Amino acid sequence: MDSALIPRGVKRCPTWQFALWIGAAGAVLLWGVFAMLLCWFKGLNQTNMNDSYGFALWIWADLAVIALGGGAFFTGFLRYIVGKDELKNIINYAVLIGFICYSSALLILAIDIGQPLRGWFIFWHANVHSMLTEVAFCLTCYFGVLTIEYVPLILENRQIDKVPFFHRLGHNMHEIMAVFAATGAFLSFFHQGSLGGVSGVLFGRPFGYREGIFIWPWTFFLFTWSAAACGPCFTILVTKITEKITGKKLVKQNVIELLAKISGWMIGTYIIAKIIDTWYWAKVTAPAAGLSLMDFYSNNPFYGIWILVLEIVICGIIPAIILISEKGRKNPAALMAAVVLAVIGPCVNRWVMVLQVMAVPVLTFESWAMYYPSWQEVATTILPVAYGVILISFSYRYLPVFPQEQELNPEV
Amino acid sequence: MFPICFEWMWDMSHIIFMGGLWYALTIIGLGMTFCIGKAFYDTFLDKGKVDHHH
Amino acid sequence: MKEEQSKEKDKKFGMVIDLDKCTGCGACMVACMAENNVPFKEDESNKRDSITWLRIYKLTNGKPFPDADICYLPRPCQHCGGKGEHGHSPCVSVCPATATDYSKETGIVSQIYTRCFGCRYCMAACPYHARYFNWWDPVWPDGMEKYLSPNVSVRMRGIVEKCSFCFHRYQLAKDKAYFEGRREIEENEYQTACTQACPAGAIVFGDLNNPEHAVYELKKSGNAFRLLERLQTNPKVYYLSGREWVRRAGDNYLKDEKK
Repeated sequence: MDSALIPRGVKRCPTWQFALWIGAAGAVLLWGVFAMLLCWFKGLNQTNMNDSYGFALWIWADLAVIALGGGAFFTGFLRYIVGKDELKNIINYAVLIGFICYSSALLILAIDIGQPLRGWFIFWHANVHSMLTEVAFCLTCYFGVLTIEYVPLILENRQIDKVPFFHRLGHNMHEIMAVFAATGAFLSFFHQGSLGGVSGVLFGRPFGYREGIFIWPWTFFLFTWSAAACGPCFTILVTKITEKITGKKLVKQNVIELLAKISGWMIGTYIIAKIIDTWYWAKVTAPAAGLSLMDFYSNNPFYGIWILVLEIVICGIIPAIILISEKGRKNPAALMAAVVLAVIGPCVNRWVMVLQVMAVPVLTFESWAMYYPSWQEVATTILPVAYGVILISFSYRYLPVFPQEQELNPEV
Repeated sequence: MFPICFEWMWDMSHIIFMGGLWYALTIIGLGMTFCIGKAFYDTFLDKGKVDHHH
Repeated sequence: MKEEQSKEKDKKFGMVIDLDKCTGCGACMVACMAENNVPFKEDESNKRDSITWLRIYKLTNGKPFPDADICYLPRPCQHCGGKGEHGHSPCVSVCPATATDYSKETGIVSQIYTRCFGCRYCMAACPYHARYFNWWDPVWPDGMEKYLSPNVSVRMRGIVEKCSFCFHRYQLAKDKAYFEGRREIEENEYQTACTQACPAGAIVFGDLNNPEHAVYELKKSGNAFRLLERLQTNPKVYYLSGREWVRRAGDNYLKDEKK
């Protein structure tokens, strides 16, 4: 039925099967949309957030998807600026995943604010000293860049490409893509960093607060670094999941391994920096506020020292070692394990930098604040996942996302 | 965001921050104008030109 | 711009609360809520989502009888001046929409309700939990809207609010003084609602910079302390207590640390 839209030389599932798949994801999407509308019309009392937890699940999801979406800017940087040409075989997908992550992040922010209709105040009445202002500006601009990077792919659809204007537009955009990629890398550096700064500058919250250089706390650089390091792993993970679902090899192993190797070195260097930061914070910064390391990890039902071990050792050092060693990268199971751990790593980091910051008592006569999300929060957090599945499905079906697909899956 | 907003001040913070913003927006804007303009010119105004890509 | 207009010496309004006098009766909280049109819910048992600009904490020394001791600690917004009194209070610098401001003229941290879009970053920044979010639209019991103060705007759902040191009273006092041809206001012309409501006289309010105001001397007492001074938030609310454990409860200390 829709064969005229499907790229030449590749096989896609029958329309009914595709419709069924989209229907299933669409149902989840609708559930999320319903919860989103509840939050917009009834207010944030639909959530389990409270005055101790002004930031909760959504802000975590926001920070996590942006960190994972960092694969787009870093792969773009490697492909267009550093000149790693092999990565052209995965850049389309990295861009698409980034596009989904960033559009999701913007949507979550629009739900998260108490007065969504005043959302534009952050631009119009911008306080340039606030990390959140920097986040909003860079995020929106970079989302624009990602759209520009994604559009040429849409224009490559078989039918759209027939229109001479669109064909030429797509070609022109490809020609100067390096300029957009460079701008994107510049913007990404600042918004990934400013997201790190969000908790790093909170000098009233000793768990999140870090010293730094000039106006930027160390978390500014750590967030950028970890996003660049772990983002590509998320690109690899989603590629592997897509290959599993479609039952096809879509990207050659050497491309995956190249990206994994770079990612491995980035994670390795990041985790060294993270350990130094943690050590300095535990030895100098926190004690200056009268708190010792274990004050942050005891006397509560959830946050034990295990979470620090999970973040740094299990989801940091281990994947770094696997991805740096050639043997590790060549072993499919080890590679997969490392990629999964490297994806969990920044998620745990963002979790503690958002939720544990809120949970830790600062006044001596207050106790730990615990929180669990309401179903409306869970549904609106899953909403972007469903939206991502749908957008990936449509893109995969109708656009030449994987340049190597035809070569890897010759028609018999 | 604009000097017309009353909280705007001509100080270093605003010049650096907003300077960076407008710089990035200018590059993106000029880039897209070039792409769209060139495609428009080649398609509708310069019909004699042969498309030699692919 | 504003600084050029103001020829007067900058004021620094603040409070000194004598914890040894406070009985925890809660009159200050009630006065505050009535004065500032603070909304309430039918069920106020969940303290984490109800609005109390001024909240009284109950502190204990954790010792068994006969050494057990308690202390009530009223906590309004601390109107932090930040490091070096530059106005970089934890909340002001983080607000993305300039909806909260530090007045160099009065030292008061304001909240601009019509500007706030409810991102709650300021709440995350405040270690005193002095900022409250309007999770619901305010609903007043039938007829009660007639008792709302006309000097304070009510707030809508989805924005953050907090103690303003009854700033509207300062404005009224200034208006009156201007009308009477005076530039300065007297100490007793501008007092917060909680100060006037306290039956024990535990709360004293005034200009911390003005030697003629009571707070000027009180804050110099050896028994005076502020909450979380080590974080360098530089609050303008001082507490007094003759009890060592109460003063120590004001801040965090490492286990082996002597004050």
